[in-house]
Amino acid sequence: MSQSQLANAQVPARITLPVAAGQVGRLSQALMAMVLGVFVIGMVGFSHIDVVHNAAHDVRHSNAFPCH
Amino acid sequence: MSTFRAIVFASVISGFVVGLLVTVVQQFGTVPLILKAEVFEKAAGAHQHDAAAQPVAAGHDHAAHDHGDHDHGAGDHDHGGAWEPRDGFERNAYTAAANVLTAIGFALLLAGFFAVRSGATGTSVSWHEGLLWGLAGFAVFTLAPSLGLPPELPGVPSAPLLSRQIWWLAAVLATAGGLALIVFRRTVPAAISGVILLTLPHLIGAPDLANVETNVPSSLLHQFVTAVTVTSLVFWTLLGGLTSAVFARFDRGATL
Repeated sequence: MSQSQLANAQVPARITLPVAAGQVGRLSQALMAMVLGVFVIGMVGFSHIDVVHNAAHDVRHSNAFPCH
Repeated sequence: MSTFRAIVFASVISGFVVGLLVTVVQQFGTVPLILKAEVFEKAAGAHQHDAAAQPVAAGHDHAAHDHGDHDHGAGDHDHGGAWEPRDGFERNAYTAAANVLTAIGFALLLAGFFAVRSGATGTSVSWHEGLLWGLAGFAVFTLAPSLGLPPELPGVPSAPLLSRQIWWLAAVLATAGGLALIVFRRTVPAAISGVILLTLPHLIGAPDLANVETNVPSSLLHQFVTAVTVTSLVFWTLLGGLTSAVFARFDRGATL
């Protein structure tokens, strides 16, 4: 990954393939991180489990997440 | 450092900072109003559901907030028996932890976009551009959903939870899509469909109860809407600016 990013950072116009490959790797890693983020938000803000609801109660109200 | 790791590190650091700062802001803004509303909620609950409120009210103060007084049809609504943090330090500690986790979650989303964006443009996202992304997050996750579902105080009855969560998600997705169409596709048809997407969830309308009766004063409700919106604005601008700055640092470390 870091090698393809190296190519990406220096932007030699003739090397197009590593840049494109780096983009794909970057995109998939970004998507993975975003899925993780959605999971965390879903758990804290939207889980129907009582204990989770009660622990995060004030945060749900303060963020205007649907609560109760 | 891989892109994934740069995103996660940046998100954890800025989520931690912003989550703790917002916890402090909430202590002056939203939390006092929630506590005030719970007094009304408790009074209503004790009045109407004596038998149901008794066993839980004995142990914890917060336990009286057991939702027994507004179980509008949804059977999964009775939180009376479950564990709850004790009022005071314990409750605020859990609030702080949940704030930090929420901030990390949203930071992961933001930093994911920053990674894709900086990969496409070749330059890292500046703190200023990050702040603009934060404002977009404010519009997507706070402004749009709360037009249809205004921030709720405890003790105010509302439509079944799942239907509201589904509408909330639909409003978020439509608003994000609409804004993206307008910002990233600079054509007239895209702009028109963007605006249609922005208005669509509100044309459909959020789930609502036909008749809402509550003894929570409307002045309190209004204060709460303002407090939530302003707190959220602070949250999103801080998170956008900080996450982009920290992510740019880690990402530069990765590429150089």
